[in-house]
Parts: sequence; C-alpha cells; structure tokens
Amino acid sequence: MEKEEKIIELIGVEKIFDGEQAVENMNLYVRKGEFVTLLGPSGCGKSTTLRMIAGFEMPTKGQILLNGKDITNVPPYERPINTVFQRYALFPHLNVYDNIAFGLKLKKFRNTYETPDGKTVTKVQKMSKAEIDAKVSRVLKLVDLEEFEKRDVTTLSGGQQQRIAIARAIVNEPEILLLDEPLGALDLKMRKDMQLELKAMHDKLGITFIYVTHDQEEALTMSDTIVVMKDGAIQQIGTPKDIYNEPKNAFVADFIGESNIFSGTMVGEKKVRFINKIFDCVDDFPKNEKVDVVVRPEDVFLVDEGKGQVNGVITSSIFKGVHYEMIFMVGKTEIVVQDTIERKVGEKCSVIIRPDDIHIMAKEFDCNRYDGYITKKNTVCFADGEFECDVTQLYENSTLDEEGYLITADGEKIDLTDTDVTVEVGLKDIEIIDNDEDGDAAGTIIQIVYKGDHYQVIIRTDEEEEDFVVDTEYTWNENDRVSVKIPKDKIRLKLKAVNK
Amino acid sequence: MKALKFSRKQLGIPYGVFMLFFVVLPLLLIVLYAFTVETHEPTTNDIAYFSFSFENFVYFFGSSANIRAIYVSFGLAIITTVICLLVAYPVAYILARSKMKWKNVVLMLFILPMWINFVLRTAAMKELLFKIGLYKSSKLSMVNTVIGMVYDYLPFTILPLYTVLIKLDKNLIEASQDLGANSVQTFFKVVIPLSAPGIVSAITMVLLPTTTSYVVSDTLGNGNVTIIGKLIEDQFSTMFDWHAGSAIAMILLVLIFITMLITRKFSDEEVNTRGGGLW
Repeated sequence: MEKEEKIIELIGVEKIFDGEQAVENMNLYVRKGEFVTLLGPSGCGKSTTLRMIAGFEMPTKGQILLNGKDITNVPPYERPINTVFQRYALFPHLNVYDNIAFGLKLKKFRNTYETPDGKTVTKVQKMSKAEIDAKVSRVLKLVDLEEFEKRDVTTLSGGQQQRIAIARAIVNEPEILLLDEPLGALDLKMRKDMQLELKAMHDKLGITFIYVTHDQEEALTMSDTIVVMKDGAIQQIGTPKDIYNEPKNAFVADFIGESNIFSGTMVGEKKVRFINKIFDCVDDFPKNEKVDVVVRPEDVFLVDEGKGQVNGVITSSIFKGVHYEMIFMVGKTEIVVQDTIERKVGEKCSVIIRPDDIHIMAKEFDCNRYDGYITKKNTVCFADGEFECDVTQLYENSTLDEEGYLITADGEKIDLTDTDVTVEVGLKDIEIIDNDEDGDAAGTIIQIVYKGDHYQVIIRTDEEEEDFVVDTEYTWNENDRVSVKIPKDKIRLKLKAVNK
Repeated sequence: MKALKFSRKQLGIPYGVFMLFFVVLPLLLIVLYAFTVETHEPTTNDIAYFSFSFENFVYFFGSSANIRAIYVSFGLAIITTVICLLVAYPVAYILARSKMKWKNVVLMLFILPMWINFVLRTAAMKELLFKIGLYKSSKLSMVNTVIGMVYDYLPFTILPLYTVLIKLDKNLIEASQDLGANSVQTFFKVVIPLSAPGIVSAITMVLLPTTTSYVVSDTLGNGNVTIIGKLIEDQFSTMFDWHAGSAIAMILLVLIFITMLITRKFSDEEVNTRGGGLW
C-alpha cells in the first residue's frame, strides 16, 4: 500500500557537471498529492534535482521512478510532469490564450469507439477547439485572470505573468507540478499573497507539487514536507514543524529561522557548557563531547541583572514591527534576542534559557576552534595562551613592514592590534609537553579516549576552561598537568565578520 | 569669447550635410531625369532644354527583354535568399546553442569571406566553377549565378540569424519541451517564430542587394543572365542615356520598397518589441 503511494522516487541519483558534483547519492520519494519543498542556499543542488525530475538533465547515476516505472531516460515531452519556471518563460510571440493552449494543442490521445456496424476503432486524436477553449477559460478563472485571453503576455505585470505560467502548466493536468522558485521575482506583498494562493490551488487540484526555494519562510508556509539540502546532499527531511523545532544539525538550524549557534561541551548528564556557563538541557550526549548548541532568539528571555543565568549587556536594539531584536553580549559572545519589551542599549541585564529550548546537535569535530585576538607583537591570544602565528594570512597577498604593520595587496597599512579572529588548529597539529611551563598554554588532561590507532586527549585550560582536543600516538594519564605548543604555520586565522 | 558649445542635436549636422549632398540631392536628380527627355541644339548638339515626359517609362515597359530582366532579377534574388536561409539557419542554430570553446573562431571563419574584395571573390569563383566544369555549358549560367550569389551573401545571412539565436532564452525551449513538444515541434513553434527578426534582417540583407548587384551575374552568367542592375549600368555607361537609366532606377526603387513592405509585414511586432537583429 505504502509503495503505491509514492508518485516519484529518486534512487541513488547523482549528477556531475564538468567534474563537479551537483547532486550526490540522493534518495527521496514524494507521496501522491504532497506539497514538497526542496530548500537550500543557491548552489545546493535543489534546482538540478528538479530539472532531473522534469527531464531537462539526465542523472549521471541512479534512477528516477514515476509511479514505480523507470523514467530516467524518458525525454521531458513524454513525462506527465509540468514546470513553472523561475522567470516564467512565457512565449513572447504568443498571446495569453495561445500560451496556455500550447500544451493542449500538442496533446494526442487514443479514442476508441464503436462504429454503427459494430467494429471497434481506435483513432489518435487531437483535442477539439471547443475542448481547448473550455479548459483555457477554466484555468484562467482559477488564476483569476478571466478575459485576459487576447492580451499580449509582454504587457502583463510580473504577478500576472506568474499566474499565466502557472495556468499554462496546470491546464495540462500533470501528475506532478514542478515549481522552480516561481515567486522569486515578485515583491514581498505579492509573494505572500501568491504563497497562500498556491497552497489553496494545491489543496483544490490535488496535484503533487514539488517546489524549489531558498526562502525558508516560503517553505514553512506552504509545504507538507520540507527537504533541506546543502552541497548536493539532503540534510533533513521532515514536516515544517519538525524541521523548525528539531533541526538535525547546525546548518538546518541556521537556515530555518534565526538561530544563535554556540560551540559547547557536554559536562555531565544532560548538562552542557557554553558561553562559559553550565546549562541544564534535555538532550543526552556523552560527557566531554563537543556539540553545537542552538537557541532560537525568541526563546531567550531577558530579565533584570542578576536574576537570570548569565549576565551581560545590551549592545544593539532594533524595532522589527512585532518585536525588538536585541543583541546581548556575554563577554565576547553575542546572543540575538527577540522580545516585545525593549531594553535600552547599554542596559545591563541577564538572560534565562529554558532546558527545553536548548537544542543540542552532534558536531563533526574535525578541528579546534577558538575566539582570539591579535596582540601588539602580532601573536595571537586564545585559550589562556599566547601563540606565535602568521598574521599575513588574514589578508590575501599581504606583507608585514619593519614596524609590524600589515600592508595589504592594495598597499593599505593596517594595525592589527586587538583584531578579533577565529582560530583553527587541527587535532594532529598540537604538541603536548610534559610540564605546565614550557608550552604556550597550560592545562589539565581531563579525558583520554583510545580511537583504534591513536589516543584522543582533551586538555582543559585553567582560567577560561577552553579545551584542546589532540590526536596523539602517546598515552597520557588523566589529571596530568601539561602544556601545549602549536607550530606557527599550523595556526589558521580568520577575521571575524564585523556584523553577523 | 564665448566658449564653443554643442548641443546634442548639433552633433548630427555632419550627417545631415552628408545626407543632403549624397542622398537627397542625387535622389532628386534621378527623379528629375526619369521624368524628362532632353532636346538638343540642332547645330552644336548641346542640351537645349528638358521637357517633362513619361516616355522613359513607356519605353521601358514596352520591351519584353526589360520585363524579363525584372523577372530574372527577382527570381534570382528569391532563390538565392531561400538557399542562403536554408544553408545558414542550421549553422547559426548549431553554433548559437553549442558550448564549443572555439565558437567565435568558427563564426569568424564563416564571415571571413566578407573581408575579401567582392569582385576578386567572384572572379575566383568563376575560375573554380570552370575547373569543376560547371562554367562550360551556357545552360548552367543561371545555376552558376545562384552559386556565386549564395557564396557571396551567406555571411550576411549567418550573422543576423546567429545574433537572434544566441539571445534566445533557453528556458523557452525547455518550456516548450515541458509542455509536450518534441524537438521538431519546438523548432517550428518556438525557435522559428522567435528568430523572425533575424530572418527578416537576413532577407533584407540578401534579397535587396541580389536584385541589383550585376557583378556576379555578369561574371558568372556568361552574358546570359541580365538583371535590372545591368540594365541601369548599360543605360548610363554604354548608351549614355541618363533619362532612361534614371527611370529604371526609379522602377527598381519602387519594387524594392514594395518588397520591403511585404517582408516587414511578416513579423512587424517582433521587430519592434524584441529589437531587430544585428543590422
């Protein structure tokens, strides 16, 4: 039963353009009558996926099934699928009527009937003019553009052209309607209206809709199911509610709605440490695991100073209509807060985040990341230590002059002192030294895990309690006092974006 | 002293002067000559005076050879244009849609003959036709002329077609396929109508010159192909009858004007709304 419901199914579909992987190993099915949205940033492969379903692109690998039948190599004109194109793609040489009737005039169907003398005859017939007329005026009524039949399409407004494009597709009564960012060119108000109209149309027609967009709000408003994509791969499939409330990873959380994303560490059972505080949470992860912590701006509550979990200061407040969007600084970390009550810039207050609202996601831990700043000596400070580094990597093709100023490729002179940077250090690039004095930063080993062919050691620094995660061949003991050294060329620096 | 200032309109003055002396004035002279005959002084044979007359036209249409020249001119022009379009369209289409790196080089190869002197090219063509044995028979005069004309005007056909086809929105082709049209149907229902401006430009570029340029028909036609252009030339440089020559020129002008109107009518809207081709 369930199998019959699937109208279209992609099995292990891959698409490679000139050696670049646009879509990788995609497995997806869409149920009959569903409104599915492929959501992702540009270049994530969502449009390519749609074009493969339409038949404009052939998959490099894999299969596409329509009602259980393989249509991978069927040309677009033989698929019972119609597309609404991004820029409408109306035929400029035809008027509204001829645009809509384009598909109908081409349609041929077998007509089997009995002649008076009892023979059954099958004829391939075209649709009659009257039938076409009736269908065209019906869809024009559906898209609210009656009496536009004779109009030239180039004289129509964007919204009207959009409706004609939709009418042109649905008049053919396709099994699946594909929509490739159809509302992208419309203004905000029109877009909102069209979203609701499309949704209503979907309910009325009962056709399966596959919709492509990069607009998360659009996806949340209209879809039954959202497929979030990134770099040619599916990140999460789920209902709008699931995706919003239970994002599977930091990417999805960030893409759907606004989010505060912090790097955290599990410090105990259902306890997580981030922004230098320990919070109770509801997700259970192994102790000392590095995690991403996601908190929605509307889930952060501002209270008077000292009454919440973390103290800080408001540094920005913008009126957004329904609420104020404020930035709350805790040390060097900012938290975006949405609240209907305004707090003035400079006001000291405190925040409360409830355990339910702290979403914890497994982090693929491939390197140590820290927030740091550049010193006067062009070294970098992070994790309770000062390290030598190559600051010229911050600006492409830059050099240092004798006085220690950075000269950019354009010849601009920059004083890097106190510049905030993100520091990345690979797990294998950290050297552990057996005493707490010879290295650049000191700490205590808090955990050792054997990973098959090497040990993963976590060293926690004394004051800021930052962790160094180190892959090493040597065995150490927990609670050993050690220090770390990092080769100058292994410290990767990145400028922090001034505005997030 | 007041600084020299030009308004934008004044920048058009050089062209205006050029127009006046080399287009308007000659045209008026042609009209003058076409509708007059001259009377000479009996003694000195100098021109005494012009008198208004339709004689030149009456004379022209009185000769069956002249009427034949009109037929030949337009027949030749139409055949040449059709062949040019049939040959150029696929090339332009393939070139415009291909992702080939050397596209522009290939396009240049097609246009390259345009850079070589016209008369020289035609003479070379004559030698070539002679070598392959087509030139020997007088029966083939017409065929040779058509070959020569197609060769000469093919670049003028490819270029305007290529310019419209390269601007053709690929989405429209996909939309057509999406709505159930196969490649052939898409070609006739979408590609051809949308490239109409280019086709019109191409026709204008080929049809009009081929009716008049007698160099090709003279060189390759072996004296058997007479077109209107040739008649005009004869009147001016052999018979020294400027009045008869001007009259024929006027007749040609009117015929071309009518042809233009017909061609334009086919896709007037596209030309206006979507911009013409390169020309």
